[in-house]
Amino acid sequence: MAKLKLKEHIINQEWCKGCGICVHFCPKKVLALDDNDKVMVVLPDDCICCKMCELRCPDLAIEVITD
Amino acid sequence: MPVKDYIRERFFPHIWCSGCGHGIILNNMLRAVEELDMDKSDIVMVSGIGCSARISGYVDFHTLHTLHGRALAFATGVKMSQPKLKLMVPMGDGDALAIGGNHFIHAARRNIDMTAIVMNNRIYGMTGGQFSPLSGYGTLATTAPYSNIDHNFDVVALAQAAGASFVARTTTFHARQITDLIKQAIEHRGFSVIEILSQCPTYFSRKNNMGGQIEMMEWYKNNTTRIGSKAKQENPQLIERGIFVQRDMPEYCDEYDKVIEAAQK
Repeated sequence: MAKLKLKEHIINQEWCKGCGICVHFCPKKVLALDDNDKVMVVLPDDCICCKMCELRCPDLAIEVITD
Repeated sequence: MPVKDYIRERFFPHIWCSGCGHGIILNNMLRAVEELDMDKSDIVMVSGIGCSARISGYVDFHTLHTLHGRALAFATGVKMSQPKLKLMVPMGDGDALAIGGNHFIHAARRNIDMTAIVMNNRIYGMTGGQFSPLSGYGTLATTAPYSNIDHNFDVVALAQAAGASFVARTTTFHARQITDLIKQAIEHRGFSVIEILSQCPTYFSRKNNMGGQIEMMEWYKNNTTRIGSKAKQENPQLIERGIFVQRDMPEYCDEYDKVIEAAQK
């Protein structure tokens, strides 16, 4: 399978409840919680597009868009 | 997000607590439906009462939010009248196995074609953290402050003994496996049961000093293993994940059609 290339992370701030599951389980520590306990992308270049943040999000609040 | 075609966005964000495993089940259930390319008007989701049962409000299928424990009974009625529809019946552990225990075993025994999903968080969350038939011996709950003396059901063993023709288990940590198992269960013709271990950070893990959602998902990672793995032989305490039963058996609606045909001759 060809390596996926990241286009962007789409984060729905309205739906994110700041549980931190995506932040904790990201294998490359790409994500973090901001001052309002909402997820944000801190190291986009390290993202390997495994999409586990998207699949494990209980709030359907994060999406990994690839090229 | 493509799965958004299958939800009622106007009801989001959903009511489940931050970190609740039920949202992960919803997320991956939608992916299963999407990967099977199902038409949403071919699906009926029937739920009972409880945190888990709220799931039917969020999906844009035909949905029925019914009585506590009676989701399978309503689903049986729908399936018997419209056998072409695909029935999905998500239930909580108390809903499925306490209030609805009888419906559960008899639906399994009849082998009626539907997908029963037991969203097992081992507690009654909505009503304030009372112990359920899946809490287990030695756990703490609002109604068991000195430790629970009730032993739990093993959902897989119960479903298997009751005659379900497809029985599987996974956890919210294993998101891809949720999608995979739900897909296979939907495609299986007969009564399918999937137990999904789901964290309740508000009651179960907090009362039992098991941390929050992250620690619970780490627990699922570290305390479960694939069926028949080497790890299971070395550590029998591990909970097995995967498909336990998958067998062809006469399906109830098919058999009923034969009865109608015979009676009309």
